[in-house]
Amino acid sequence: MISWAENGNARFPETLEAIWSQVGRARRMGITGPPGAGKSTLVNELARLIREEESTVGILAVDPSSPLSGGALLGDRIRMEDRTADSGVFIRSMASRGSHGGMARAAVDAMDVMDAFGMHDVLVETVGVGQAEYDVVAAADTVLVVLCPGAGDGVQAMKSGLLELADVIAINKCDLPGADRLTSDMQEAVHLRTAGRDRWASPVVQCSAGKREGVDDVLAAVKSHREHLSDTLPDHRRQKRIQQVRQVVGEGLDEALWKTGGYGEQVEAMLCSGITPYAAASKVTQNLLKSAEENQSNELQA
Amino acid sequence: MSERRIRVLVAKPGLDGHDRGAKTVASVLRDHGMEVVYTGLHKTPAMIAEIALQEDVDVVGLSILSGAHMELFPRVRQELVERGLDHVLMVGGGIIPGDDMQVLEADGFAKLFGPGTNTDSIAEYIQTEISKRWAAEEAQA
Ligand code: B12
Ligand SMILES: Nc1nc2c(ncn2[C@@H]2O[C@H](COP(=O)(O)OP(=O)(O)OP(=O)(O)O)[C@@H](O)[C@H]2O)c(=O)[nH]1
Ligand SMILES: [Mg+2]
Repeated sequence: MISWAENGNARFPETLEAIWSQVGRARRMGITGPPGAGKSTLVNELARLIREEESTVGILAVDPSSPLSGGALLGDRIRMEDRTADSGVFIRSMASRGSHGGMARAAVDAMDVMDAFGMHDVLVETVGVGQAEYDVVAAADTVLVVLCPGAGDGVQAMKSGLLELADVIAINKCDLPGADRLTSDMQEAVHLRTAGRDRWASPVVQCSAGKREGVDDVLAAVKSHREHLSDTLPDHRRQKRIQQVRQVVGEGLDEALWKTGGYGEQVEAMLCSGITPYAAASKVTQNLLKSAEENQSNELQA
Repeated sequence: MSERRIRVLVAKPGLDGHDRGAKTVASVLRDHGMEVVYTGLHKTPAMIAEIALQEDVDVVGLSILSGAHMELFPRVRQELVERGLDHVLMVGGGIIPGDDMQVLEADGFAKLFGPGTNTDSIAEYIQTEISKRWAAEEAQA
């Protein structure tokens, strides 16, 4: 079923309908950060702790597709080896298939499927490199950003916008030099953003996932964020679903207008008449809005 | 909409530590546009079949250079069949004598590739086989 979602198979929406009543029970965590920060290692350790609490875990590991061939090497699983033997853990690897279109949606769909099939916790890992990847983790209840000393400094993390997304910041590889510096930089950055404002101040937690140290603190921070959300969670999730609907509508319109609707030819004709691309775009939008309005009033009359 | 891509699992069963061939094949298949899950070393046949199930792959490729292929390859095949995955295309490579290749190919493996095989030809083989299967699936639907 996850493959149907990835491939845009028409059977997916129907099947989702059938399981929809079961969706919404799982706790969803998104894990992102620069390449090699230790996301997979941390996910593996988090999954181990969650399993000790008798919860089942679904893991979605997203790796980038090659921009050249469109293929992908999905390697996150290697770090999750010891989870493979555990029947309470379901791991699925997914390729981003280019940043445009569909990937964020397929990932959210995959989370929905794992949720419906009774996973108590769903974790999604993705490299923090682009908008589509951000969209994926943003669909989670709690976003965990993993940083480590050596992989760029704190300023870079701030520039990339990763920190705006973070509900919890994990400083991994604290066995390496530079971790304390990075930690205080991050605390400072969080403080700057939240001081005097009524909003969640993302905790900055140190850990060494590779050495199984501090991972319980990370999990505790995630739980405290979840408690902070508690009442607002349904609203929080609904806002994210609105984004999802918006994206699907956008894709549907795109397809309807340009692939089957013949707008490509119309625009070509407009451009041949010598008007600017903006003038052409404005004409198209106005036409669309007008016909939408007409439809609406027709419906009212009927 | 998104198009369908060939998903491949490249796995190393048993205690064999030679992973250069498996990694080479994995990257070449990626370069041919496939989505390749690589498991790392030392997997049991049951683990490999479980991963194939969770990842919903079209192809399982095994690599063994240790000499244990006559034991391990059929066990992986059996674990796959037990999970209802007999439709998955099974290929393999490594140090496998010609006689053994014939036995395995008569026993559920589509094709085995020895040392020195041109890696592009492996990708082409998989592409051809999977297109045939997908065409047959579509004809059925
Ligand atoms: C390099 C090498 C090593 C390296 C491995 C490095 C690594 N990380 O891979 C090191 C030095 C570590 C090593 C160690 C040993 N080795 Co060594 N090693 C080799 C050697 C020289 C080359 C293997 C290689 O990398 N080839 C390059 C790759 C690209 O080729 P390939 O793996 O064959 O892959 C091709 C095909 O087979 C096929 N293919 C392979 N996998 C797959 C998978 C799929 C899905 C598909 C479709 C195709 C496919 O496609 C590839 C491209 O053409 C071979 C001899 C040889 N000429 O093969 C011996 C050899 C494999 N080793 C051998 C031995 C005995 C050992 C040791 C036991 C030695 C010892 N006593 O310590 C150890 C065991 C290590 C262990 N833990 O398992 C023997 C195995 C004997 C046997 N099977 O009967 C060989 C054959 C040497 C010999 N003639 O005796 N080895
Ligand atoms: N020193 C140290 N190394 C660690 C620690 N945790 C993970 N690593 C190492 O960091 C490297 C990258 O770990 P991964 O978990 O694969 O990192 P990742 O963020 O998932 O990487 P990508 O998915 O490729 O972006 C591996 O070599 C790990 O062994 C740690 O706590 N300390
Ligand atoms: Mg990873």
